[in-house]
Amino acid sequence: MAKIPAPKVPGLVKGLGITLKTMGRTMFPARGIKTFIPAPSQGAATVQYPHEKETPAPRSRGVIALKEDNCTVCMLCARSCPDWCIYIEGHKETAPPRRPGGKPRTVNKLDRFDIDYALCMYCGICVEVCPFDALFWSPEYEYSELRLADLLHDKERLGEWMQAVPDFEPYEAGSEQKVRKVPR
Amino acid sequence: MIGTMTTAIEMAYWQQTILRSVGVLLAVLLPAGTLVYVFLFKMMSFMQSRLGPMEAGPYGSMQLLAEVGKWIQKEDIVPWRADRRLFAIAPYVVVLSVFLILAGVPFGPDAWFVNLDVGIFYILAVSSISVLGILIAGWSSANKYSLLGGLRAAGQLIAYELPMVLAVVGVVIQAGTLNMQGIVAAQHDGEIFGWGGIGNPFILTQIVGFFIFLVAVQAELTQTPFDMPVAESELVSGYMTEYSGMRFLLFFIAEFASAGAFAAVAATLFLGGWALPGVDLDADVMNVLGPVVLLVKIMIVSFLVFWVRFTYPRFREDQLQQLAWKFLIPLSLVNILATMALKVAW
Repeated sequence: MAKIPAPKVPGLVKGLGITLKTMGRTMFPARGIKTFIPAPSQGAATVQYPHEKETPAPRSRGVIALKEDNCTVCMLCARSCPDWCIYIEGHKETAPPRRPGGKPRTVNKLDRFDIDYALCMYCGICVEVCPFDALFWSPEYEYSELRLADLLHDKERLGEWMQAVPDFEPYEAGSEQKVRKVPR
Repeated sequence: MIGTMTTAIEMAYWQQTILRSVGVLLAVLLPAGTLVYVFLFKMMSFMQSRLGPMEAGPYGSMQLLAEVGKWIQKEDIVPWRADRRLFAIAPYVVVLSVFLILAGVPFGPDAWFVNLDVGIFYILAVSSISVLGILIAGWSSANKYSLLGGLRAAGQLIAYELPMVLAVVGVVIQAGTLNMQGIVAAQHDGEIFGWGGIGNPFILTQIVGFFIFLVAVQAELTQTPFDMPVAESELVSGYMTEYSGMRFLLFFIAEFASAGAFAAVAATLFLGGWALPGVDLDADVMNVLGPVVLLVKIMIVSFLVFWVRFTYPRFREDQLQQLAWKFLIPLSLVNILATMALKVAW
């Protein structure tokens, strides 16, 4: 026996139904006895931001954090930045030899590492290109400023954001690679 | 109210005038504010699963005051090449049309501003004045987007004025009068196959007319499926592009006040107006209850209008014109013919 197809609801009516249903779900999210008590603050998908905060996804690209000790002032990030928003200055220092009797080493010390977040477009190329694990994505997002120029954040501020950097995800099963550790 | 007062208390002409002005001002601003808060701020937000304004006052109820305060503070910018005088009066012309529409709507047996014999005809006539205001705004702004928006608005409003008038003709034929009070009385005293429990609201017999009227109202208000004149993705914001501060506020008020005014007209024509079934039409209590009943019906009609507004995407210009000329106008003509035939046959 051929099944009689259900009559098609016109798209226009369907659309009206969807908006009405969404309104109902937002206003009356509870089920059971409480169904008829309107509670939009529970039903809404959004969050009243300054009062309550959502936890961002662990790997969200909130801000770029800097591990200062790992930076070798190689300038790769500054050169790869598409809008040149990273300002790096450094100097050479002599450090004591690794083993006794060895030659003293020269190391690059970081004087200035500023990222201008008014220019940054969050492409993440600097994080990708850093060979020494000095730059990381941090899910921190509350760093707005009242003045545009104040969005130039220095290396101390970038260092604070290291706290929020999540651990690397484990590689897939059977991988020879060891999971890198985040230097916090 | 106004009708009773003029008969009960002897009032000088200027006293009546002041009373009427305050009355119309209230009748325009109160529904407009209610519509903005209930529908634009809250219902739209809920339909998009968010809360809308929540900061100003409990549940954001003072948000309107905040917005008005903000707009009043803003600088009133007039473009250098603009036709200053026309630019300045355009918003007032648009608002004026809303005031004139509401003046013709009855709120109770004696609560009316004017009780014209040609009531609905007058309302439809003055409702087209807003087109003039919009055209003036578009023309005087010296801005291509404004001009295009104004022309689109003119084309659209002319196209949808026709089905609107034709949809009303069905009601007028059935009621046998153009007088708004007469139409209310005809619905209140009507009977559905001999049963007069709820009177005979014309939405039952003129459902097609009601549908056409609502679609046309949607277009007259330039609400979303028909918002080509202000299409912000193409025309910045159409004829309002160059307006700022107080004058923009006037356009904004006019948009929502005319939504309320047209909802009141639709409620009077199709839902029985201020009359309450079972209560005598001349009862004095209706002068107080009538406005409340009408407000409830206004809210019902404008819920439909805004529900559609928040659901549908915009029509393309040619689709919009096709809907009016190829679908709504023939449909309303058929509606008139059917109404006529049935009226004669009954």
